[in-house]
Amino acid sequence: MEFLNGLVFLTNFVIIPAAAYGAQLALGALGITLVYAILRFSNFAHGDTMALGTGITIKLTAVLVAFGITLGPLPTALLALPIGIAATGVILLVTDWLVYKFYREQKAKPVILVIVSLGVMFVMNGLTRVFFGVRDIQFADGERFLITVRQFRDMTGLDEGLAIRTTQAITLVTAVIVMIALFWFLNKTRTGKSMRAFSDNEDLALLSGIDPDRVVRVTWLLVGALATTAGVLYGLDKSFKAFTYFQLLLPMFAAAIVGGIGNPKGAIVGGFLIAFAEVTVTYPLKKVLTYWLPESMAPEGLVQLLSGDYKFAVSFIILIIVLLFRPTGLFKGQSI
Amino acid sequence: MTDTLRTGLFAGLVVALIVGTGVLDNWNLALIIVNYGLISAIMALGVNLQWGLAGLFNVGVMGFVALGGLAAVLISMPPVPEAWAAGGGQVLGALAIGAAVIAGLIAVYKRTAGRVRVIAMVVLGIVGFFLFRSVFDAGVQAIEAVNPASTGFLGGLNFGGDSGRDWPIMAVIAWPVGGMLAAGAAWIIGKTALGLRSDYLAIATLGIAEIIIAILKNENWMSRGVMNVIGLPRPVPYETDLQADPDFVATVTDLGLDPTLASTLWVKLLYSGLFAAFLIVLLILAQRALHSPWGRMMRAIRDNEVAARAMGKNVTARHLQVFIIGSAICGLAGAMMTTLDGQLTPAAYQPLRFTFLVWVMVIVGGSGNNFGSVLGGMLIWWLWVAVGEYGPDLMIWATAWMSDDSTFKANLVNSAPQMRFLVMGTVLLLILRFSPRGILPEK
Repeated sequence: MEFLNGLVFLTNFVIIPAAAYGAQLALGALGITLVYAILRFSNFAHGDTMALGTGITIKLTAVLVAFGITLGPLPTALLALPIGIAATGVILLVTDWLVYKFYREQKAKPVILVIVSLGVMFVMNGLTRVFFGVRDIQFADGERFLITVRQFRDMTGLDEGLAIRTTQAITLVTAVIVMIALFWFLNKTRTGKSMRAFSDNEDLALLSGIDPDRVVRVTWLLVGALATTAGVLYGLDKSFKAFTYFQLLLPMFAAAIVGGIGNPKGAIVGGFLIAFAEVTVTYPLKKVLTYWLPESMAPEGLVQLLSGDYKFAVSFIILIIVLLFRPTGLFKGQSI
Repeated sequence: MTDTLRTGLFAGLVVALIVGTGVLDNWNLALIIVNYGLISAIMALGVNLQWGLAGLFNVGVMGFVALGGLAAVLISMPPVPEAWAAGGGQVLGALAIGAAVIAGLIAVYKRTAGRVRVIAMVVLGIVGFFLFRSVFDAGVQAIEAVNPASTGFLGGLNFGGDSGRDWPIMAVIAWPVGGMLAAGAAWIIGKTALGLRSDYLAIATLGIAEIIIAILKNENWMSRGVMNVIGLPRPVPYETDLQADPDFVATVTDLGLDPTLASTLWVKLLYSGLFAAFLIVLLILAQRALHSPWGRMMRAIRDNEVAARAMGKNVTARHLQVFIIGSAICGLAGAMMTTLDGQLTPAAYQPLRFTFLVWVMVIVGGSGNNFGSVLGGMLIWWLWVAVGEYGPDLMIWATAWMSDDSTFKANLVNSAPQMRFLVMGTVLLLILRFSPRGILPEK
């Protein structure tokens, strides 16, 4: 019983939040990794792409709600998401046409493209701030909980409760669907295969008649879909704030690099790895240990290894260790 | 167009913009722009050394700037004797334990191998961490309990009275110390991260900057964290003292100025003089470095690392060197800024403002050209302030055709100061596209 109570507590406060956060990071890292694999640069504008896509989706959600259209127990934002994705895709295609295309044709060095992406980052950040403001926006509606603490306790008779928020469940389900769809697309469809070929060996791909412009266009559309989905899920789970999305850049990059940048499988594993490390290290584990250890060994302090503000440090330290000892990441990077 | 003429025209433009602000709006604002512009120019000079001269992609500028700010607190604030008595020694002891554990870990890593190494390092790491935390946490609690509303931290090293105002020189001494603090951090970071590929280095430095800010926000015993340190002593007189000084009042009244306005302007002018002196010295040094054999070597390394290595140049050591120097300059500027602000507010450090804006300055001004970076720093800072100041008016004008009760219009007008990010991004993209070497290209 003690053990079960501890496990439930851990699941409630560490495992479920970390899994949801991990899924959000993984979707974000997938976008970064796709840009890296096909366009061959680190896209610093990705966090702000997420913010912009989410902002658009929030506005659309507000319009839907104003017309009285809701999804019942589910958040209305899910209904607005496809339109948000389409809009973000269009924005990315226009950005590519206006900005990145020129440098691609010049065969500019990757570091120049990174600096260009800094400019895009500024512009997207500015657009988000001007059109959606800088304040916190809560846009989750519908049922708040799938299971509340009380229901769980009544069901199982345990002392500790387990709550699953709707947004957490939606995050995990959506993430799984998106990931399966993405891998199906990359491995089974003709376009997906041409993308992989292009990523593996550009010259060979061009030689066999793959249209590079089409590959780039499809990549941006995929990136837009992944970024908007990740951003909306994160916003539903927590809240929307332009600045927070910029700060997600670091854990997302860490996830992509730890998994092996350019490798989608790596991005997913990396996302969950970073999320679990961050949450475990910054959550006070006292109660879990009190349940699990014999009474004489029960901890006195909070057993919070680092305070919550240092969550960046966790992803950063994992990143540095991987870069120093295994620079290609856990899975071999640079291919999709 | 010759280079000198181009530089002259660019300088003239910057001067004209600032004087124009003074004449058309007010001189207080113009002088504020000058002061922060000079500090921005120093930061841009530091980044230009790293990027323009050596090709190092450092996007952790914010971290070094914040460390400079920390130095301003640690040097120019008066100490808090009660806090030192309560837990000062204990915290210092804990930090010594932490340093010893890290040194021990490095020694174990170097002396052992295989499974022994892993086990020894894990055991030492865990034992050391908990030992450190047990000593450290108690000391921190004791310090933070000392009068938490106004102090709750160790204070600085300024023994000039209760407010530290008797020793104004400490404020200036803090600036080079800020540079040294940043240099020390840069040494640690450079040792681990400089071998990485350019975009990995970028992400690593971005992360380190966030961690430095997290430390500043969280370690209340050091600089009060998010409770901020206010009332930092300054190297120039206070406005109220000037207004109470009959000589000053008599002099400015003779000149036909209002004493209150004159005192604010005079204080700002004194700051401008101090900052300009530092900038000129640094600019001369940077120019000498650029045209010395060392500068040529750095550019050779930047343009072709392999060839430079083949010529026997120690690329790793040179990169570390220039990374430290550039970061130190950013730290110096950061300390100046904190003194000018009169307070340290860790929550105000945001990467867009303190890292990426400096990058825009360098690239727009002309990377690799010291004058370009300095003037770029002043120009972009002027633009940043101008968009914030005049953006709302412009937005009201631009949205005049919309109906007055539309919430969309109200939204746009309210968020007009946020236009600065949009403007900066557009300027950066336009420069990169049409004049990729900046306004004053490298020779």
